[in-house]
Amino acid sequence: MTDAIRAETVRIAGHGADDIEAYLARPVAGDRPAAGGVVVIHHMPGYDESTKEITRRFAAHGYPAMCPNLYTREAPGANPDDAAATARAAGGVPDERLVGDVAGAVAALGELEVSNGKVATIGYCSGGRQSVLAACSLPLDAAVDCYGAFVLADPPEGAPVSVTSLRGKLGDLSCPLLGLFGAEDRFPSPEEVAELEKLLTGAGKTVEFHTFEGAGHGFFSPDRPSYRVEAATEGWARIRDFFGRHLQS
Amino acid sequence: MHPPTRLLPLRGSAKGGGSWFAVTDASVYVDHPVHAPDLHTVNVDLRNPALGPSARLALELDAASARALAEAIVATLATTPPGVLDEPAGHPTPTAGS
Repeated sequence: MTDAIRAETVRIAGHGADDIEAYLARPVAGDRPAAGGVVVIHHMPGYDESTKEITRRFAAHGYPAMCPNLYTREAPGANPDDAAATARAAGGVPDERLVGDVAGAVAALGELEVSNGKVATIGYCSGGRQSVLAACSLPLDAAVDCYGAFVLADPPEGAPVSVTSLRGKLGDLSCPLLGLFGAEDRFPSPEEVAELEKLLTGAGKTVEFHTFEGAGHGFFSPDRPSYRVEAATEGWARIRDFFGRHLQS
Repeated sequence: MHPPTRLLPLRGSAKGGGSWFAVTDASVYVDHPVHAPDLHTVNVDLRNPALGPSARLALELDAASARALAEAIVATLATTPPGVLDEPAGHPTPTAGS
């Protein structure tokens, strides 16, 4: 069975039919079965090397994956850190625009020959909250929240992102949700994670939450001091198992 | 952990990416750094949005460094004799934003 993948920058129609940049990694059509797509939502520091690496990893696992550049509009062609600084000064990514950009990526993935029509989102840090937001706004087959802050708690006044609690939207969650969190994280705190799990379970939603001891925020980031190898390795295994159950035909 | 992002206008110049550019805006905030080996840093972006996102000088400082730098700037201003630094009419007035 071939394991070839192809990864490249593409253009897709995002929110409001805006032309936005995205990074697409997909299995090369061959003898592997078609599988669901994965929309990778980058963290606040932007559309960077490590997020593109994550996107390629999903393709290597057999899933076509796409990471839309959420800062395309403010900073086309800029380095990821410069783009993130510009987006921050502009007040961050509006929720409505995020949902539209993810919807554009969902549509683009669905058109691929290697897609079976299913789709999931996964996001990290601010993208974790945005993954939940997308799953409460779009019909998806699975969603993963990696330590998303401010899913329940409103951020302090003047926080770096202009976001609000998703508490009122949770009843609209359209798919099973995998949550991966660090026991030492404060945003989200273990208490907020426990409340989120209780709320979703009480609403009849399917949730699988895992909190890793010895890990804080950002434990999946291999290029940051927050990286925790045990949590990241186990977390990747949980993601692979979850997508295996929800994205394969 | 996430105090307000403070936005303020500036007038001056910065060197970044090998060349000088006029700076017109600054962002000051606490968040995860891109490069510094800490979980959180005080970050300062000196920018000129009119020249594009790459016209940016970025600082990521630990708390003690940020405080020392701020105090050094204030102390330098306090000990500069009157009249040395031009303060022309129309100089931007910094205001905290979010």
